[in-house]
Order: sequence, then structure tokens, then C-alpha cells
Amino acid sequence: MITAQMFDAPRLVTQQPLMELSGVSKRYGSVEALRDVSARVYPGEVLGIVGESGSGKSTLLRMMNLEETPDIGDCSLNLPETKGNLFALSRYAARMLRAKKIGIVYQNPHLGLLMHNSSSGNVAERLLIAGERRFYVLREKARDALNASEFPLSRMDAPPIELSGGMQQRVQIAKAIALEPAVLLLDEPTTGLDVSVQALVLDTLKRLQRDRGITMVIVSHDLGVIRTMADRVMVMRRGKVVEEGLVDQVFQDPQHAYTQQLVHAKL
Amino acid sequence: MSLKKLTKDWRAMSYGFLDASAKRELRRKMIKAVAVPGCQMPYASREVPIARGWGTGGLQATLTLLNPRHVVKVIDQGDDDSVNAASIRQFLARVSGAETTLDTLEATLIQSRHRVPEEILREDQILVLQVPNPEPLRPVQPSMAIARQMHADADYGRLWLKLYEEIVRSGRIMQGAEYPALVNGRYVITPSPIPRWDVRKLHMARHLTLLPAGREKRIHAVPPFTRVEPLVFDDVPYKVEDHARVTCSRSGLKGFFMNEIPLDGGGTRYEISDSHLGAKALERAAGEAVRIGETWYKNGEMQ
Repeated sequence: MITAQMFDAPRLVTQQPLMELSGVSKRYGSVEALRDVSARVYPGEVLGIVGESGSGKSTLLRMMNLEETPDIGDCSLNLPETKGNLFALSRYAARMLRAKKIGIVYQNPHLGLLMHNSSSGNVAERLLIAGERRFYVLREKARDALNASEFPLSRMDAPPIELSGGMQQRVQIAKAIALEPAVLLLDEPTTGLDVSVQALVLDTLKRLQRDRGITMVIVSHDLGVIRTMADRVMVMRRGKVVEEGLVDQVFQDPQHAYTQQLVHAKL
Repeated sequence: MSLKKLTKDWRAMSYGFLDASAKRELRRKMIKAVAVPGCQMPYASREVPIARGWGTGGLQATLTLLNPRHVVKVIDQGDDDSVNAASIRQFLARVSGAETTLDTLEATLIQSRHRVPEEILREDQILVLQVPNPEPLRPVQPSMAIARQMHADADYGRLWLKLYEEIVRSGRIMQGAEYPALVNGRYVITPSPIPRWDVRKLHMARHLTLLPAGREKRIHAVPPFTRVEPLVFDDVPYKVEDHARVTCSRSGLKGFFMNEIPLDGGGTRYEISDSHLGAKALERAAGEAVRIGETWYKNGEMQ
């Protein structure tokens, strides 16, 4: 397996990883979703995860979001307020950590948004879970987050059900960044959007990453999205990481047969 | 020894209508509910001779607590004389031998549908509020299994969000009754559909409040001297109904919660919602020696 350490990438390898999953395995009945997967996410980087449908990339992302616990394996977040294996946290502690330190944007906005509540309310919900109890502060922070995700503020009280897919994704992004998370997880954030809207959403994400230095993990089966967004990439197949490295290296010189197949299929 | 000596005489019903095991279960659940204020305790709601949704929970709790020394008052939306209140009062007296009253001060056990009396209740009084829906999370979480997890985690963000949405859409909180309140800093309850006016009466009250729901088979309680705090944003104050300047057209009382009665000509008149307090005011005005207790509100302001 090719790893980041094999490349000259001092920014990535000299830092302590912000999030680290080690030896994670998960089985759903007879289906082995993840098999001994280890992943490191470094501060300020964008890690892309690619693979075919059913390769385990979304399961891995849900584990990073502490929504799922593995059969075996550890997860750590290198922050002053967290220590030990995060998979051992109680449901309540995991929820609070998720609310404050991890943001997620789902492929399907119905999973991440309350479609009949206002867009600002969707952002406010995250702040409410974190304990904010001042209405006007909620309003102000929701406005700031929506503005940062380039959502038109004139529609901030419109429910997501009345918005286009691209706008719904912007509300999800605003909700995810409202508390300035340590890690932003993106599960196929542009799938289902037309190309021009995809480009706008990716631009927004890139700007956020550049301006705020948000650490991101992006899951996609679209290699173009990964190439545009990611610094490093992990290629997954049948629940295993088959190749990992800097984006340019992996895409220009794929080592694993499956990665070669993926890259050539794309080309 | 004959069989007759070993068995009790046949009776049409148990004392207090409910059988002993039903009352025992309800007492246990009441104790649990008092021990964990605001936490909903499930119980096996029995059949009683009124329809589900008409106060079966309240009736079962009252029947469980009743003994011949009790003095019972039953009110329906503050009214002692409604058909429902009168029927329940008559039934309670018949099956228990307890005395009945219309006067809040004389009562030791008050069963109420959707109002807390205006006169302050004492330590020796118990208020049983009929509850149609005990689950405050139901409007925001249709799955009761998830709602129970949310209670366990004190995850009430969605209830706050509901209030946020009301302010965004209407400029103010529109929830008129069943206003969610945090009990003892832990569990959020729906204090039955009492108006916002009444929610503050439960805060640090001297009396015990029981909130049983017969159809939903759950009971929760607010023990005496327990914090009951309506959910409010720090910068948007809690407001009760603006009845301070309204005068009762029958008794002349002012500054209490009123029923609004539309008139044929298009106008409105108001009558005090606590009917016996109005009656006492009229009797006092007629020169009778009537004792009116201290009230929670004076001139529309909570004391």
C-alpha cells in the first residue's frame, strides 16, 4: 500500500493528525463494510475518499461523525477537550462532541436538514444543541453562517423544501460550519446537482477551506471533485484502503490496479 | 368454617371504583413520578366509566387518592358547573363517600381540566390535572422511542427550535397552551393544556401537582416547592395572556384569567375563568361573609 509517508509531503507528515482512526472494522451481518481501516486527517488538509458504491467510504465517514461504532477499532481527535477512544464515549457525550466539533454535509439534504423549518432555524438548531439560548444571538450567528456559505440572506427564513438542491446544500454547509467545527465531513456534497451548481458549491467549500483553514474530509465517487478539492486521497475498495497518497501522485501515477482502473475510467 | 366466612360479601364495585391492584400500581407510579419530577412514568390505564380523552387519567389518579376524609373539587376549564365537571364530581362522591365542594379553599383534592385555580393552593392540597398529551416532544419527534432517548439525553434543542420558528414567523411565541416547561432543571414537560397564565403557578408551588394521561397511559408530577421554568430565550421574555385590564362582566373581578364570550352584536364580554371565585366575589358584594383566599395574580401581575 502506498502511504503519505512515501512522498515528500512535510506539511502533512510532520504534524500530529487531528483525527485518527486505527484498525477499524465493521460488519453488517454477512457484509463486511470495513476491514482493518486506518485513516489520519491532518489539521487544515482536505482528505478525499474515493471508491465504488459499497466500498465503505460513507460508513467510514459516519464513523468519523461518531454516528456509528465499529466492531473493533479506535478513533481519536487531537483536541484539548477530547482524549482516549471516541468510540467509547456515551451516546450523549458523542452527540455533544459531534454538535460542537464535527460538521457534516450529507448527500441527501433530507438527512441533514429539517425541510419545513426555516433555513436560519436549521442553522440555529446546531447552536441550540450547543446551549445557546439568546434568540438575537442565534439569529446573528445563523445569518453569519449562511452568509459565509454564500446563501442569499433575503431567503434566510425560507424553508429548505422551497429551495433548489444547490441552496439546500448551502444551508447544510452553513449548519455544519456554524460552530466552527474542527473537522467538516462532506458526503458526496455535489452529487445530484447540475454541473454549474456543483462548481458553485465546490467554490464555496474551497473558499471556506482557504479562508478559515477548516479541515475537511470529502467522500465522492467523482474523481473530478476529489481532484479539485483534496490534498490527499484514500482509495477504498470492498471495505479496505487500497491506496493512499497525495492527489496528484495518486491520479498521475496510480499504483494499485483498482486505482488505475478508476483513473482510466475517468479519463 | 364455611366458604362464606372465607370470602367477602359481593359488592357492585371496589371502594373508589378501581380494583386494589390498579390503585396499588397507580400509587407506585405516582411515587416514582414525584421522586423524579417531570419524568413520565408509564402505567396500565384502566377502563373507567367515561370516554378516553375525557379525563380518564385524572379520574383514575383521583380515585386512587380518594378516601372518605377528602373534600373533592372538580373543575372543567375553570368551571365547576360544566356537565363533565358535575358528572365526575357526582361519580367521585358516589364511589368514595368523599365530600364535594366548589370552594378551592375547602378542597383537599382538586381534579381540573386545563386550569389551575386562581387562589393559591396549600401544602395539604393536591391538584390533579387532566392531560391529553403528556409528551412535549411529540410535535417535533413523531417516534416515541426516539423521544424517550431525547428525554434521557435532555436533548430539547428541537423544542427551542420550535419557539425560534414561532418568533421568526409570527414575531412572538404563539404557543398558547401546553407551554413546555423545564421541571427541576432536568425534564421538560407539557403541563397539560393550561394557559401560559397558569404555568407560572406551578413554579415553587406549595401543593403537589399530578399530571396523569389516561389515553396515553403516562403520569408525571410536579412535587411541592419544585422549579417549573417555561422555556424562554434569555432575550425574549415569557409573556402571559394580557388579561390585566379585563373585567369580569358578572362578578366585576379584574386582573384574572378570563373567558372571552362573543356577543351576537359582534362585541365581546369577559367572564372570570375560575367560576367559583367569581361566585364568591358576588356573594361578598351581596354582604355575605365569604372567605376569598390569596390569589397568585393581583391586577394581572404574578405575585
